[in-house]
Amino acid sequence: MGATALRNGPSPVPAPIDSIVEVRGISKTYGNVEALRGIDLDFPRGKLTSLLGPSGCGKTTLLKIIAGLIRADGGTVAINGKHVTAPGPERAFVFQDFALMPWATVMRNVAFGLELRGTNKAEREEIARRYIAEVGLAGFEDKYPHQLSGGMRQRVGLARALSVDADVLLLDEPFSAVDEQNRRKFQEDLIRLRTNQNKTFIFVTHSIEEAVYISDRIVLLSPRPGRVSQIIEPEIDRSGDPERIHRDRHYLDTVEEIWQGLKQYVE
Amino acid sequence: MTLFGYRVPMMASLLVWCVVWEVVGRLDLVFLLPPFSDVLVAAVSLVQTPSWQSATVTTLRAFATGMALSIVIGVPLGILMGRVKIADDLLGMWVNIFSSAPLSAIVPVLMILFGFGEKTIVAAVFLFAIWIIVLDTRAGVRHISPSLIEMARSYGASRPALYSKIILWAALPEILAGIRLGLIRGVKGVVIGQLLVAIVGYGALFETFSRNFRMAEFWALTIILFAFALLIAELIERAEAKVEYYAGARQ
Repeated sequence: MGATALRNGPSPVPAPIDSIVEVRGISKTYGNVEALRGIDLDFPRGKLTSLLGPSGCGKTTLLKIIAGLIRADGGTVAINGKHVTAPGPERAFVFQDFALMPWATVMRNVAFGLELRGTNKAEREEIARRYIAEVGLAGFEDKYPHQLSGGMRQRVGLARALSVDADVLLLDEPFSAVDEQNRRKFQEDLIRLRTNQNKTFIFVTHSIEEAVYISDRIVLLSPRPGRVSQIIEPEIDRSGDPERIHRDRHYLDTVEEIWQGLKQYVE
Repeated sequence: MTLFGYRVPMMASLLVWCVVWEVVGRLDLVFLLPPFSDVLVAAVSLVQTPSWQSATVTTLRAFATGMALSIVIGVPLGILMGRVKIADDLLGMWVNIFSSAPLSAIVPVLMILFGFGEKTIVAAVFLFAIWIIVLDTRAGVRHISPSLIEMARSYGASRPALYSKIILWAALPEILAGIRLGLIRGVKGVVIGQLLVAIVGYGALFETFSRNFRMAEFWALTIILFAFALLIAELIERAEAKVEYYAGARQ
């Protein structure tokens, strides 16, 4: 398999040395549709793991179960060894449709997580200002969401997630409502951000290219019922120019390999 | 509006109708319709009479009380129905029936319940105004994007914070629209209530004027009432426009 480490077959997957999120036997049924069956997964600390699969494979459901937004029918989720069933301060969520408050400025939106925690205004605005600059929106603090482009709105969503200083960032198809040029820029920024911030990212996407481009680890889910079908660790050097990755041999090979695996689920 | 290529201001049509009224009045066709200028003269002298002033105070007080009650009760009720399915199933039918029922028919019943005084008028305003406020608030709460609520939950919002920081604000455009429509219905309520009770506020004045065929004063009072209703509707609309602006293209 060349440079790509590949573990075939269903779970259980051997646990990595230091995993921050541990998912055990998670299952979820909506009515008579089985969305997830017996998911066992470990998410290594400080890495970016993608959940990749065709629509209907339950990847967003799994992410929201980890976030504590949806209750699983069976199984457990542990963060830092502690079982969780509700949202908590060690996790922060980035939403597909941004979920910004349209009546609030960029500043208040970014500081909202801290506002809910009761941080005083001066302190939370100072923290928010820092992360607004970090995602490249300095100068837009007093703008309202409808005055921003889709890409900028998602930067606000990302800054909000960063400002609460959670260990785990959960991103639900964050770039799917962003136009193609902005998405490329955003992916590059995310790679850069990952090296600066010592955080664990769990990233849901349906784009193979996106998953391979940004992930340390890709979990492939198969649909109906959602199960772990494969875990791939693309060994791509992301230290240099992010532009270069798109022409990297390993990158192209991995994309092709995943496509061959997923093809069977596409009519 | 444009006429022969010229832009005509909106109020111009009102002017045309005033002229038509004046002409028809001067022709003396129907005694019910005195010339518009007579009505204006009557209006000026009417607002100087103590009977009009005390009637206005009574009417405004009843209107304000009734409206305040219907907003304070209607908005939470609408939010409850928008959020809790059982409440919606339990109350939905009744709210819909009352919002479309001919409520004037109920006002006599209110008189039996509350007597021939201001309480009946307040009850009439409340009964006319509250249902549309409940329905619009409910619709606003129903249309809140689920991800906005998930966002608040995922960042640890308590239940009071979820309602006061997200739900109330996200539904605000619809709530204000409901209040605006409620105000207009409330004006209807106050007039119908007073007419039926007939011894309070404007109702008493209307009764006196129409019984004695003092048509100029009758019309003057009607115009004052219309102007008042339009004015408050306009004020709420201004507030709505401001909120809509911030709500922007609501994602």
